Amino acid sequence: MLGEAMILFQIAGIGMIVAIIHTVLKQMGKEEIAQFTTLMGFILVLLIVLGKLSELFQQIKSVFLFQG
Amino acid sequence: MDIIIVVSIGIVASLLALIVKEQNSSIAFFVVVVTGIIIFLFVLQKITGILLLIEQLGERANVEGLYIKTILKIIGIAYITEFGAHLTRDAGLSAIAAKIELAGKIIIITVAIPILTAVIETILHFMPGG
Repeated sequence: MLGEAMILFQIAGIGMIVAIIHTVLKQMGKEEIAQFTTLMGFILVLLIVLGKLSELFQQIKSVFLFQG
Repeated sequence: MDIIIVVSIGIVASLLALIVKEQNSSIAFFVVVVTGIIIFLFVLQKITGILLLIEQLGERANVEGLYIKTILKIIGIAYITEFGAHLTRDAGLSAIAAKIELAGKIIIITVAIPILTAVIETILHFMPGG
C-alpha cells in the first residue's frame, strides 16, 4: 500500500516543481521554454497515470473474468 | 484495519490535490485519478474473495454458469463506468460523465441480452397458448 501512496507524492511533487520552474523561467523572460517545461511535466505525469490506469483495467479484467 | 488505510490515503490525496490545484489544475486532476485507481486496486483484492463465494453458491444451487458469468461481467462494467463517470464529473465536465453513463447502460443491456431471452422463453413456456 505504501508503494502505491509514493506515486501520489511523486505526481504532486512533479506538479509543484513544474509550476515553480514555470514561474522562474517566466521571470527570466524565457516564455517559450517555460511553456515547454510545463508541457513536459504534463506529459510525464500523463505517462505515469496511463500506466496505472492500464494496470487497473488489467486487474478488473482478470477479476471479473472478462472474455468479451 | 484496512478502512483506516483507505481513508488516510483519501485525505492525504485530497490535500495534495488542493495544494497542486493552485499552481496547475491539470496535474491536480491527475492526483485525483491516481487516488481513485489506488483505492480501486485495494478494493479489487477484496472483491476476489466475494466473487469466489458467489461462484461456489452458484454451483451449489446448480445455477447455470452463464448467468453467474454475465452477472459478474455486468458488475465489472458497472464499476468501470461509475469510476469514469465520477472522475469526469469531478473534473467539472458533467456532459461527458452523462455520456459515459449512457454508454455503460447500453453496454450492460447488450451483455444481458442472453439472460433476457432466456427469461422470456421460460415465461412463454408457462403460457398455455405458447
